[in-house]
Amino acid sequence: MSRAGKIARRSFLVGAVAAAGGVAFGVWRYRTPYANPLLAGLNDGEAALTPYVLIRPDGITLITPRADKGQGAYQVQAMLLAEELDVTLDQVSVDPGPPDVAYWNRALAEETAAFLVPGDGLGRDAAETVVSAASKFLGLQITGGSTTTPDGFDKLRAAGASARETLKAAAARATGHATDTLSTKDGAVLLPDGSTLAYTDLAAQLTEVEPVTEVALRQPSEWRLIGHATPRLDMVAKSTGTQGYGIDVELPGMVHATVVLNPAQIGALGSYDTGEAFKISGVQSVVEITGGLGVVADTTWTAFKGARALAVSWPDGPVPPEMDDHWQALSDSFNDDALDSRKRDDGDVDAAIAARAGDVIEAEYRAPYLAHAPLEPVNATVRVDEDSVEIWTGTQIPRFVLANVARITGVAEENITLHVQMIGGSFGHRLEDTVVRHATEIAMQMKGIPIKLTYSREEDMTHDFPRQIAMGRMRGTVRDGRVEAFDLGIAMPSVILSQMARQGQSVPGPDSQIVAGAFEQPFALPHHRVTGYRAPPLAPISSWRSVGASTNGFFYNAGLDELIHAAGADPLEERLRLCNDPLARAVLEAVGEMSDWTGPDPGDGVGRGVAFTKSFGVPCAEVVEVETTDSGLRIRRAWVAAEVGTVVDPLNFENQVAGGVIFGLGHAMNCEITYADGRAEQQNFDSFQAMRLYQTPRIEVRGLENGDRVRGVGEPPVPPAAPALAAAIFAATGTRLREMPFSKFVDFA
Amino acid sequence: MKLTVDGTVHDIDVAEDMPLLWVLRDLLGKTGVKYGCGIAQCGACTVHIDGEAVRSCQVPALDVWGAVTTIHGLGTPESPHPVQQAWIETQVAQCGYCQSGQIMQAAALLSEMPDPSDDEIDKALSGNLCRCGTYPRIRAAVRVAAAKLKGA
Repeated sequence: MSRAGKIARRSFLVGAVAAAGGVAFGVWRYRTPYANPLLAGLNDGEAALTPYVLIRPDGITLITPRADKGQGAYQVQAMLLAEELDVTLDQVSVDPGPPDVAYWNRALAEETAAFLVPGDGLGRDAAETVVSAASKFLGLQITGGSTTTPDGFDKLRAAGASARETLKAAAARATGHATDTLSTKDGAVLLPDGSTLAYTDLAAQLTEVEPVTEVALRQPSEWRLIGHATPRLDMVAKSTGTQGYGIDVELPGMVHATVVLNPAQIGALGSYDTGEAFKISGVQSVVEITGGLGVVADTTWTAFKGARALAVSWPDGPVPPEMDDHWQALSDSFNDDALDSRKRDDGDVDAAIAARAGDVIEAEYRAPYLAHAPLEPVNATVRVDEDSVEIWTGTQIPRFVLANVARITGVAEENITLHVQMIGGSFGHRLEDTVVRHATEIAMQMKGIPIKLTYSREEDMTHDFPRQIAMGRMRGTVRDGRVEAFDLGIAMPSVILSQMARQGQSVPGPDSQIVAGAFEQPFALPHHRVTGYRAPPLAPISSWRSVGASTNGFFYNAGLDELIHAAGADPLEERLRLCNDPLARAVLEAVGEMSDWTGPDPGDGVGRGVAFTKSFGVPCAEVVEVETTDSGLRIRRAWVAAEVGTVVDPLNFENQVAGGVIFGLGHAMNCEITYADGRAEQQNFDSFQAMRLYQTPRIEVRGLENGDRVRGVGEPPVPPAAPALAAAIFAATGTRLREMPFSKFVDFA
Repeated sequence: MKLTVDGTVHDIDVAEDMPLLWVLRDLLGKTGVKYGCGIAQCGACTVHIDGEAVRSCQVPALDVWGAVTTIHGLGTPESPHPVQQAWIETQVAQCGYCQSGQIMQAAALLSEMPDPSDDEIDKALSGNLCRCGTYPRIRAAVRVAAAKLKGA
């Protein structure tokens, strides 16, 4: 192509980016859209229609910048683009694209705003605006908060529609037909005579037309993909061992590495002796890294063996040594000095409780630290050259990874290439990037050589930043068979503060995660209060699937259950009576109908429990059924209903919901991370098991679509699982469980 | 020594305690075999030795007593084994990291026991951990695979 042609094409492409920013579609409108990051890599005859659609003569690539950790993010993003672009999923390839501000997450920014200002009023809206704008400039390309679907639902369909109409304009120009006589199907423009022009054949023509930005999105009745079960693009690879993950990266000249970190997490490196390690054939070097040592060897196994042979004298770390210290810190936080938020304060709780002195029901609840423990141990491959760096890793925070590697190496971000890898599970684990830091520190000491760092399972589990520890305290009263007052206080350290501080970010104001899954529940009680207390930093913690709600959903439902029991009411009926939100009511009614609910005690050693949590905007209700057997409690069945506005893919929806229930039940049954002498005690899956196949109940799932906002469902099924199980166990055995994991108090079959 | 993997004979010269898992992954490029725990608690590294499902993290490569079949030798994307076909049809995988091991365990079960009961499926696959919670579809896929193998 001529120089003039290139200039023309570039102008077109920049214009097209403006279209992609959503100028035509209101919701996604920004005055100055970001530049299209795909432009840099284009060859002649290729076009990047929006930052999400890349058309080359040899194929169509859909850019899916939210990370896939198994939740099907690539699939749902591709479906939303393909819906309007009129391609079938087998005609496209999917690529996570480069880390770029263009891929910032607006939906997450809106949720984050809740940290700043309590309440749902104007103050919060104003804060949303501020944080939204700030996040845009920070370019927070984060995968998290169940936001991939809500963030992409309009944006990606709009990008697909804009690209489709621009392809039609290019076809019109090439053929002389009027645009309104053209249609599109299966990756081609249909001409009036019935012949077709493949999108890929139009790649060069796209430089000649103005981008089309005024495109109305299709009505739901016109959807071909949304709402239909769609075979996943990665299913064949994941069923044949051919799906590559970060841990499988193989590069010419690559060496293998692992780390030995201070068992007292975030403690420093002490004195060490490498003598025994170097006696192992294949161990190449031992280098100092932040908080420990990196061992480089010819295979991962040799590196593991070398690591075990190191003799290190570790100094103490900052984590309080014993669990009693952690629980005491939470217990001591229930006071006005540690008050973080009181976002719910209906009626007059204090007066109601004072009036019933002597009849007040009180209880304390505990939720332990939990590891994320995805099955793929964290890993990163890094090659540091004089003026450039290349990284291969799975991450939910690609922009932070770039910034951190730039800071560590002194190499400018534009000279750092990040190849985002498929992730073998995360549950929030890959919102942290310590493994990349360690790999980079090792690679800086061996310039020009790609090093693949794989944590052993033991290092991964003991140096995870676990789910927060938390404590709930409930007081309440009942009157005339009804719950009258419910006062819930929750104490935990701020998970958002711990997490964001590691990225050099400050988080002003209260942390709504301290009360998430409790303060915003749609129940109208005469006297109702939810208070968050901020405990001091204890162990470093991070977001774990459903974050604050993972502990608070248990506290809230368990407390409410005790009050309902004291009132002599039915746990489902009383929740329905108190419920003041039609969307929430519908999911409660749904699980009642699905389970043929007749009460918590159907007899014959069987018990049933119900729980409800609204989290991430999704009302989710669950009924769990247990039976007592000679070998212990067995979870027989679970029924789940969740309201998400639109079920984008029913198959993936069911997988996410059932998986979330299993995740919630399994950890409630038998998982905890405990500290002794400041060190995590559980190191591997022998002491941190969660649910196995033989323990898995039959699970029935229903998605409701009554609401007008599309929601993500990766996290919301987790919080109600534990309290529904606790309630079922109470119904079956009479044992009231107020602390997780329940295996400390009852036996499971 | 000679090690037969997926029908190919390899000459290997490794430390006597090097597990088969790491020989497969780091020396022979069989990366579909996964490392998850290293202590036989997760099953992600499951392969067949003479048709029997074993945890390759626990078997020193020099002690291998027969022909090794990995997920790559069981079938391929172009020609998947009936158990792999069942996994694809049932859309089992989420992150997919455990599924090589699940499939190898299921294939070994069905070769010994063509028509397992629900309890037998649960028992046979309970050593294979899935952190995403794909268990309901794993159960369904084993049933589909059993039907395919009987019809084959």
